[in-house]
Amino acid sequence: MIEITDIAKTFTLHNQGAATIGVMQDATLSVAPGECVALVGVSGAGKSTLMRMIYGNYLAASGTIKVAGLDVTTAAPREILKLRHETLGYVSQFLRVVPRVPTLDVVAEPLLTVGTDRDSARAAARKMLARLNLPERLWSLSPTTFSGGEQQRVNVARGFVHAYPAMLLDEPTASLDGTNREVVLSLIEQAKARGAAIVGIFHDEEARDRVCDRQIDVSAFAPDRSAA
Amino acid sequence: MTPLLDVRHLSKHYGRQIGCADVSFDLWPGEVLGIVGESGSGKSTLLNCLAGHLAPDQGEVIFDTRAEGPKDTLTMSEPERRMLSRTDWAFVHQHARDGLRMGVSAGGNVGERLMAVGARNYGSIRSQAIDWLGRVEIGETRVDDRPTTFSGGMQQRLQIARNLVTGPRLVFMDEPTGGLDVSVQARLLDLVRGLVRDMGLSAIVVTHDIAVVRLLADRLMVMKDGHVVETGLTDQVLDDPQHAYTQLLVSSVLQV
Repeated sequence: MIEITDIAKTFTLHNQGAATIGVMQDATLSVAPGECVALVGVSGAGKSTLMRMIYGNYLAASGTIKVAGLDVTTAAPREILKLRHETLGYVSQFLRVVPRVPTLDVVAEPLLTVGTDRDSARAAARKMLARLNLPERLWSLSPTTFSGGEQQRVNVARGFVHAYPAMLLDEPTASLDGTNREVVLSLIEQAKARGAAIVGIFHDEEARDRVCDRQIDVSAFAPDRSAA
Repeated sequence: MTPLLDVRHLSKHYGRQIGCADVSFDLWPGEVLGIVGESGSGKSTLLNCLAGHLAPDQGEVIFDTRAEGPKDTLTMSEPERRMLSRTDWAFVHQHARDGLRMGVSAGGNVGERLMAVGARNYGSIRSQAIDWLGRVEIGETRVDDRPTTFSGGMQQRLQIARNLVTGPRLVFMDEPTGGLDVSVQARLLDLVRGLVRDMGLSAIVVTHDIAVVRLLADRLMVMKDGHVVETGLTDQVLDDPQHAYTQLLVSSVLQV
């Protein structure tokens, strides 16, 4: 479902003496449907960078990344948008929404985007928010004022409301209490059971051991590893 | 599928001064394209050339017309282009007063556009106008009031209703949230996003506000000195900018 082959990544900082920094090379990884792969490695090793390249958020310097057959390193913007709407979900650590939009609509939006009618989309959003124990009195409010844990649950709800065949999870259990952590882990297990291919970053080792089938240490893709 | 708009090698000079130079891009149905750049970068010149307000020196602007398929709007006859701008295009000005008739009631502002495309039944024009005012959150009680009695945010929403009532397929927006309070901006952004999604509109939004394009635009085009220096998915251009100018632009945004 997700096929990463010989990916390299560099950043060129034009306004800082045009320094070119290599951050990754020869990254290769394959994730099958129903499989969850954890990216591990010390902070700064490139876990998030790799995940962002899969999502088309960062450009790769070379190599290919195929998600459901589409090479995101060469695809046109509209092809990547279609992929993100229908196939590839992303639960990030940050909630980026239009201010003043009610939480319920924020969560329903991925379904509206793929053409689900408003009533069914809202019903699915309600179900997901209730499952994540977000108090109903908050649903009509914008999530911009919520606590970290509440925002995280809105992010998770938004990411799981549509049954994406491939998913990227960046610390999905961060800042959650035990009960809600358990809900998120069961959502991940259900997604795997229906055949979703998942790449995740989990600092929570127990969670990682429970839902992930394999670990990939991204330090192995560091460009200067031969010198070290 | 064909693109709704296909722009090729568009250039406009003001004497020896470059307005915009050799701009090419395509826009697909349902897509929102943001154009960013500082004042004088040529983004407004480009928008006005695309919308037929300015005559470019060179290039093609091929629009996928309903009746005849893709046609260059720069070489079509003036009446044909005028009809297109009434039925298929909309232009939202930065200053609502440039896009509204200030001496006519809110309902009249919306109804006038319907009449321009042939509507004649007063009752149906009025009910459609009220329906559209409702969609942009202007209450029915204000339908007979003139826009001069409206706040800036309401005027901008009225301008959007006036523009969208005829069901255009392409909307040009020039700094649509410029000059509005941030709280009013947010509401307008949400409104525009909803309309784009529900009506399947395509839009080209010119702005200098990075936060606006991040929330509104699918794709981004960065202009400097009349040239397009970078294009791509909005979040990709903003999070992993490749061109020196884009890096400067993104790193100059104040964090809230």
